[in-house]
Amino acid sequence: MKHTLAVLVENKHGVLTRVAGLFSRRGYNIDSLAVGVTEDPSISRMTIVVRGDDQVLEQVVKQLNKLIDVIRVTDIESGESVGRELTLIKVAADVNNRSEIIQIVDIFRARIVDVSAKSLIIEVTGDEDKIKAIEKLLKPFGIKELARTGKIALTRGSKKV
Amino acid sequence: MGDSNNKMSGARALIECLYREGVDTVFGYPGGAVLPIYDELYSSSIKHILVRHEQSAAHAADGYARATGKTGVCIATSGPGATNLVTGIATAYMDSVPIVAITGQVPSPMIGNDAFQEANITGITLPITKHNYLVQDVADLPRIVKEAFHIASTGRPGPVLIDLPKDITTDEIEFYYPESVELRSYKPTYKGNIQQIKKAADEISKSSQPVIYAGGGIICSNASDELLEFAENASIPVTTTLTGMGAFPGDHTLYLGMLGMHGTKYANYAIQEADLLIAVGVRFDDRVTGKIESFAPNAKIVHIDIDPAEISKNLKVNIPIVGDAKWVLKALTKVIKQNNTQNWINKIDEWKRKYPLHYMTDMSLKPQYIIEQIYEACNDAIIVTEVGQHQMWAAQYYKYNHPRTFLTSGGLGTMGYGFPAAIGAKVGMPDKTVFDIAGDGSFQMNSHELATVVSHNIPVIIAILNNGYLGMVRQWQELFFERRYSSTCIKDSVDFVKLAEAYGALGIRVDKPEDVRPAIEKAIASKRPTLIDFIVECEENVSPMVPAGAAINEILDLEVKK
Repeated sequence: MKHTLAVLVENKHGVLTRVAGLFSRRGYNIDSLAVGVTEDPSISRMTIVVRGDDQVLEQVVKQLNKLIDVIRVTDIESGESVGRELTLIKVAADVNNRSEIIQIVDIFRARIVDVSAKSLIIEVTGDEDKIKAIEKLLKPFGIKELARTGKIALTRGSKKV
Repeated sequence: MGDSNNKMSGARALIECLYREGVDTVFGYPGGAVLPIYDELYSSSIKHILVRHEQSAAHAADGYARATGKTGVCIATSGPGATNLVTGIATAYMDSVPIVAITGQVPSPMIGNDAFQEANITGITLPITKHNYLVQDVADLPRIVKEAFHIASTGRPGPVLIDLPKDITTDEIEFYYPESVELRSYKPTYKGNIQQIKKAADEISKSSQPVIYAGGGIICSNASDELLEFAENASIPVTTTLTGMGAFPGDHTLYLGMLGMHGTKYANYAIQEADLLIAVGVRFDDRVTGKIESFAPNAKIVHIDIDPAEISKNLKVNIPIVGDAKWVLKALTKVIKQNNTQNWINKIDEWKRKYPLHYMTDMSLKPQYIIEQIYEACNDAIIVTEVGQHQMWAAQYYKYNHPRTFLTSGGLGTMGYGFPAAIGAKVGMPDKTVFDIAGDGSFQMNSHELATVVSHNIPVIIAILNNGYLGMVRQWQELFFERRYSSTCIKDSVDFVKLAEAYGALGIRVDKPEDVRPAIEKAIASKRPTLIDFIVECEENVSPMVPAGAAINEILDLEVKK
């Protein structure tokens, strides 16, 4: 089972290593990890997608909380949050199929951010399912390169984590 | 503040911080990167104990901390000095011992360049410290030292490392020591949830066969008096873990001795038949639980611990109470009602009569007998051990009536811990008689510290139970590897008496039971560092024993092979 954790940490050097090290040495699986500074420049927010049953998740949360630089850990439930990730996809494209690809891009409300004679770079934002779907449709054209940010998420409404 | 008289170097500021933290002794070893610190120590009132290997500095700080309850401090230079601390830091981490380790580092501009004696010690110690710091600006130093002592000694204690680049120790600051620590991300829970405490009290009143399983957390939290009061008021028998020895009086009628792999049969039987287990300051370690699925199968479990991550880590518990053992036990004692456990206690007393700890007595010199004689000669000593058979015998045959009198590497199981830790204990508690109960294998891991005890005149007594083997490994080879003693025979490796004498310590050899007591008396009376080389039965086994992977009531008596 996948869980999305919002982890607020001190914005200091070495904190990412502490968090990543914890996951590796305790054998927890990370699906994705995204980090960036928050509205408070002294705090960074890590969004970690982790797989495991309830017991594993309980341990992950407790062990994270034990790290001195971790301020707060929140398990963000999918129903009550907005989750997004950004993906850049470089797909093979030439005169013959470019318009077909553009149609797909339009349907997904994605954007073309680079064009060359033999390729396009597509920027797509959305939840995991949407990104999976567009990736599947673009695959037959030949995906040359793909980069994902990993998921970030906020809880809905005025509540903060 | 702003007074230019307060201007000082980082090294001077460090010493000033240590002084403000009440540090009277540090254990260490100098080197290039810590030269400025050592120069300040030279004229400081803080006592420096020069060890002969940095590992010992960490163990000595650990022994000092466990014996006194204060935070121990060790210092090492960069690179190999720092990496030599690692085993000592890991030992302290596993047993939740508050130490602050200070390491020198190459100058800031050289960090990352593979400079001479550079090691990334904050990276290396990340998984074995409660927290660590690389000081990047001398202005942060006082705050960091203040935080380090705070983090090391509060909540679940543990080691904290401060890595100090050499330029930071020579940079100047306007010294100002913060009064308090403000860490928004670190707020240990001391007060237990009162609803949970009431629930636990309810279970206690319903229980007819309760057992208290107490560990090192009782000692960390100085909760021995509260444990005694709770156990007596509720009439509940108490078993302790290895690191919990001394948390409850060893000669008390409610005491069951140690549980687990080499615990008493009656402690293990009591756990397995208990209907309620009150676990306090413990972590359900595999050496305690045996096969975890069959540990305390009939019991509801109350788990009291200050570290939330310990709750349900190894075993799902019914009533978790996160809080300080002292606070929670006090609160629990207030709300418990009378319950009748007399039948249960009678049953356990029957087990105690039927299955006491025992060993075969004959004309040979038995290691268990030596431990008993040390107890007879000095029942209020601080006993420090190395790791192996002698450690288990020291746990089984000495009665620890007070906390902080049994210091041992329980979690990491560090051979070589005992002697340097005994040094730390003796320095911290100079009026106590301190024994390092050692094996001939373990002692050789840090025997060079004989130089330290002689040069600083630290009169610890080393009692080597010399069986010519790495005994615990040999025991496993005997039992599980068809007596194929692969690399475990170390007979005649050294003449320990001459070794002691070579360093200027007193050496005594004993090979007959009747000479044991006089040797111990002589060592105590000498007030000198003394090594007693007890030549003991070489294939004596630690008994009883729960084989690895078995339930703890599947506990076997092992007799010595003839």
